[in-house]
Amino acid sequence: MSNKRIDLELITSLVDRETRVLDIGCGNGELLDSLKRKRKVIGQGLELKQERVNQCVARGLSAIQGDADKDLGLYPNQSFDCVILSQTIQATGQPKLILTELIRIGKKAIVSIPNFGYWKIRLSLAINGKMPVTKKLAHNWHDTPNIHLCTILDFINLCKELNIKIEKTIILSSNKTKSYNGIPNKFSNLFSEEAIFLIKS
Amino acid sequence: MTFEQNTLPCSYFTEKKPLLLENGTSIDELTVAYESYGKLNKNKSNAIIVCHALSGDQFLASKNPITNKDGWWDRMVGPGKPIDTERYFVICANVLGGCIGSTGPTSIDPKTNEAYGLSFPVITISDMVNAQIRLINHLGIEKLLSVIGGSMGGMQVLEWAASYPDRLHSAIPIATSSRHTAQNIAFHELGRQAIMADPDWNNGNYIKLGTSPTKGLSIARMTAHVTYLSEASLTKKFGRRLQDKKEISFGFDADFQIESYLRHQGLTFVDRFDANSYLYITRAMDYFDLEKTHGKSLTEVFEKTKTRFLIASFTGDWLYPPSENLMIVRALSAGGVDVSFVNIESDKGHDAFLLDEPEFDVAMTGFLDAVSKEIKV
Repeated sequence: MSNKRIDLELITSLVDRETRVLDIGCGNGELLDSLKRKRKVIGQGLELKQERVNQCVARGLSAIQGDADKDLGLYPNQSFDCVILSQTIQATGQPKLILTELIRIGKKAIVSIPNFGYWKIRLSLAINGKMPVTKKLAHNWHDTPNIHLCTILDFINLCKELNIKIEKTIILSSNKTKSYNGIPNKFSNLFSEEAIFLIKS
Repeated sequence: MTFEQNTLPCSYFTEKKPLLLENGTSIDELTVAYESYGKLNKNKSNAIIVCHALSGDQFLASKNPITNKDGWWDRMVGPGKPIDTERYFVICANVLGGCIGSTGPTSIDPKTNEAYGLSFPVITISDMVNAQIRLINHLGIEKLLSVIGGSMGGMQVLEWAASYPDRLHSAIPIATSSRHTAQNIAFHELGRQAIMADPDWNNGNYIKLGTSPTKGLSIARMTAHVTYLSEASLTKKFGRRLQDKKEISFGFDADFQIESYLRHQGLTFVDRFDANSYLYITRAMDYFDLEKTHGKSLTEVFEKTKTRFLIASFTGDWLYPPSENLMIVRALSAGGVDVSFVNIESDKGHDAFLLDEPEFDVAMTGFLDAVSKEIKV
């Protein structure tokens, strides 16, 4: 999955060296491992699936089995330099609460989302009249873990509502990336498949 | 049943230097009975201590000479196993207060030349750890690769990490708690009352008087044993099945398989355990409260420790449930400690940590491997 790697590399580029990082929904630890090697961070992961926690532990990473919706209370205020939520917010039960938790726990946070406003998704819904199934969002409406999908615009609006500052945005579409200080231009909601936000309280 | 010191086939370490205890008294002569597996490497960096639980002993991964059964954690410790004795030097010592060779209530008090019995001082988990420190000092080990243990063993692990952070690189407390809850104490009290209600207990003087409180001790064991299992595992194993009969007897014999099983558990336990020792060790567990002992919050107890932790709990464990373990994880996370936590799906109750749980093995193997790479064993 070359596209996935680009996503991880971009996130890595936003993380400062030798800092404390929490990766929520860390999966098998791919990102944490890369951060540990390239950025010398002290990493910690939170992951729902036991098997993946084991994979993290087996590769020498620290990971805790837990649920992003329930267990973020584990972490005290500002206990990490950076909290990462990569392609996970759309699968959580309470995205709004989680967003506020992220910037409570971290001095900054990095959130990446699949953009439901991408033109191919819009077109697919318009033409077929069915919930879009794409490479990135490969589930049917009834079995998808992605219960809270949003567009880039939705995300920006939610941050505004919560008084969260978007410091940087990186947008991605078919392996092309573009970086913005602050929010991206209005066309990105149509033309990018994915966005990575660097946010602060 | 009691075992004379130095009669069991294992290693012994004896020191005539007083061991100061938490209750203010001391033990003048300390003996620690222990077993070891694997080889200590040249720079003594591959040593692991495994701490045993309430009814455990030093026969961790070798045939138990008392029961003739495999060691109690044979499936976890050995060549090629998660705690790999081809890589690590693994030590397991009978706890202070125990009855399998280490100094305890069955030992001879040098002052009176008689068994201590109830004149043995009330010991605590930290006293047990201090006895183990003496042992590793004697073995010349500066810093352990890891200290590992489940249940009461896990309490010792926590105490190791809290009091001697410079003596261990990593800690693996399993299915344990940072303090005994009211429910934990309640079950122990049932056991102790059963022992003390047995007329053959003779106020703890049974060794001298030649009696043995087997009834009391076996009831204590039966009660405790139920707390190590779960409703699901009991149902799976026994259900309402009858023991060697087709119909209920309308009497008080062991009609049900579960009754017969518990009676067997109780009876075999008295062949390998001492009643007074049971009182002392359960008391040590009841008194265990890391925050109180150290006079600070759990987070402060471990704050900024360099020790790496792997904490494991089991979903079906209601004696030391995941929530108790998670409380430790929470405190460690808050203190900026490097901690991993696995909550293993299992319906086998508290005993799951001793049983076949492949997911747990993977975590154990991976964690130890990562720690040993980090410290370049």
